[in-house]
Amino acid sequence: MSGYADPGFDTLALHAGAEPDPSTGARAVPLHLSTSFVFENSEHAASLFNMERAGHVYSRISNPTNAVFEERMAALEGGIGAIATASGQAALHLAICTLAGAGSHIVASSALYGGSHNLLHYTLARFGIETSFVRPGDMDAWRAAIRPHTKLLFGETLGNPGLDVLDIGQVSEIAHAAGLPLLVDSTLTTPYLIRPFEHGADLVYHSATKFLCGHGTVVGGVLIDGGSFDWQAAHDRSVAELRSRALDSAGTVAAYAARFTELCEPYAGFHGMVFSEESTVGAFLLRARREGLRDFGACMSPHTAWLILQGIETLSLRMQRHVSNAQLVAEFLSAQPQVAQVGYPGLPAHPSHALATRLMPRGCGSVFSFDLKGDRAQGQRFIEALKIFSHLANVGDCRSLVIHPASTTHFRMDDAALVQAGITPGTIRLSIGLEDADDLIADLKAALKFAFK
Amino acid sequence: MKLLIDSHSAYAYTGGKTFDPERPCVVFVHGALHDHSVWTLLARWFAHHGCSVLALDLPGHGRSEGQALPSIEALGAWLWRVLDGAGASQATLLGHSMGSLIALAAAAQAPQRCQQLVMVGTAYPMKVSEALLNTAREQPLKAIDMVNVFSHSRMASKPSYPGPGSWLQGGNRQLMRRMQTGYTHGNLFEHDFKVCDGYAGGLDAAARVHCPVRFILGAHDQMTQARQARALAQALNAQVSLLPCGHALMTEVPELLLATLREVIPTGVPSAASVHASTQ
Repeated sequence: MSGYADPGFDTLALHAGAEPDPSTGARAVPLHLSTSFVFENSEHAASLFNMERAGHVYSRISNPTNAVFEERMAALEGGIGAIATASGQAALHLAICTLAGAGSHIVASSALYGGSHNLLHYTLARFGIETSFVRPGDMDAWRAAIRPHTKLLFGETLGNPGLDVLDIGQVSEIAHAAGLPLLVDSTLTTPYLIRPFEHGADLVYHSATKFLCGHGTVVGGVLIDGGSFDWQAAHDRSVAELRSRALDSAGTVAAYAARFTELCEPYAGFHGMVFSEESTVGAFLLRARREGLRDFGACMSPHTAWLILQGIETLSLRMQRHVSNAQLVAEFLSAQPQVAQVGYPGLPAHPSHALATRLMPRGCGSVFSFDLKGDRAQGQRFIEALKIFSHLANVGDCRSLVIHPASTTHFRMDDAALVQAGITPGTIRLSIGLEDADDLIADLKAALKFAFK
Repeated sequence: MKLLIDSHSAYAYTGGKTFDPERPCVVFVHGALHDHSVWTLLARWFAHHGCSVLALDLPGHGRSEGQALPSIEALGAWLWRVLDGAGASQATLLGHSMGSLIALAAAAQAPQRCQQLVMVGTAYPMKVSEALLNTAREQPLKAIDMVNVFSHSRMASKPSYPGPGSWLQGGNRQLMRRMQTGYTHGNLFEHDFKVCDGYAGGLDAAARVHCPVRFILGAHDQMTQARQARALAQALNAQVSLLPCGHALMTEVPELLLATLREVIPTGVPSAASVHASTQ
């Protein structure tokens, strides 16, 4: 490297974390399909296990191909490091379980992907982790929902299903004022459209299955640490607050009841290691890898990492086409008499348009919903008439995708319940791909005509 | 480990082991806008191989309280007060960049206490350009970005530090920002650079040092170029090791640096069996 500035986005997307393989000269990132890695001798083995030396031991914990993906994502997001996971849901789970346990509390946006909502509302509650949901634009609600045992705030860059844009700056200010980190799901935007750390987020994760991979081939996730949140300071502050309130029955401060003891107090599961002493800025990632991957085991296959790396190499080129196609399709749909509304922040009528323009000047993704002025049957007829769009439950593919929530993901709900979920019987979700925009618009036009014939 | 030095709490990382002054002592001294965490892999390794280690946070940096001290000589004297507090009579002194000058000054102040001197990523004089000093004063975050670029030689350094999946440039930038924003007595970056820039006692100090000296330098270092260390190395009669990396030797080539240090620093009892037992 030379010059006074960091390399640009496209350079990092191609080079960060990888160089020509020193043993073979291979220029592309090699795929290391090996569960484990040979020790030089028993002293080397012990040093690796004891975190005296860096290196690979077993691919559940780390793998050379995965490491390239992790380092590249950290570079693209402006973070300090990352952990590849089995899926986006595994990344969310890893983030939460590194910081929270039974008795912990989370404040989350109510505009979440359904799987994330399920995890927080039902599954983690079963393990004693409670979540309060707030409307993402209601700053007073974010503030009011924080409790002494809250461990993090959580939202999506573009909320589901209406694409409410999260005001990361405002929510992170609320979080930081309370000594808490903000976790952001940036799946629908990718670092090409927004880098949440630059706006105040502390942890970012992606379902890498979507735009990062970009070709609909593999399932994976990634959790990135911005390295800016001072866990030790937040812990010390929490201990001081406890001290000011009460002493425990033994007459001493209950330091283990404080926030972020997982990072700032000795961890019996690793020889009493205090992660915040081992790494001033990387304590979270150390614990997440050394506990979360080790014990929960939701690691990424190196083959998956390798395929996602192929996608990342063209991320900026693809995202430019995704958002330009999405804008054209959204504008087309908003002008059709059979369409009640289009929920795309790139349109001036969207409630988050101004915020999206400020936070995501390159575009606000290519996944959005629109409402047909019809019933469930017309929604189904519309979907079935499409020829280029594929009817399936995914987003972020290079091919355009469509789903009708009322007859699929939300089919058990009656019409009233659908409205509660922000969905109408005629809601259609699109994921706009890389095809010629004219062909996509022609496909939609023909399907609209068929559905309302 | 925390000690009270000059009425301020001073922190030293001990590598995951209780500090034992009876064992050979290795002191790690960080550079400008850094803290002990640039040394943790090496410090852990030596702590688990027969040594007692103190990876210091200099005053005003990281977990050590108080104002940053005004000169390399003052920091060298502070180092010995920390060792006095820890009960260590002698030590191997190992410093990086600004820390290497501190280790040199300390070795000269108490030659009988310094068993070996290791200067990593060093140069003398360690002049800082007027332009960079001005940027550090007026736009410290921009200066951090500049130094971060200058400190790294490539976009991939395996196995990475402190482990796989770490983006070194990001980690170093955040560490420097954390040191800068955490200092409440002024502009720490400008202060540290001025301390480096103003140190003029290197050759005099070299004349008083009697112990073996090793220089470990980065072949692609843009911050402290290897050729700028030549005169001091000659004055100290130092052996010089050149590693294929930039200024961030500890993070870019942690394995090569360890291998080099293992040649230099006696490790007491490097028993694989006892080490293995400690990790179970």
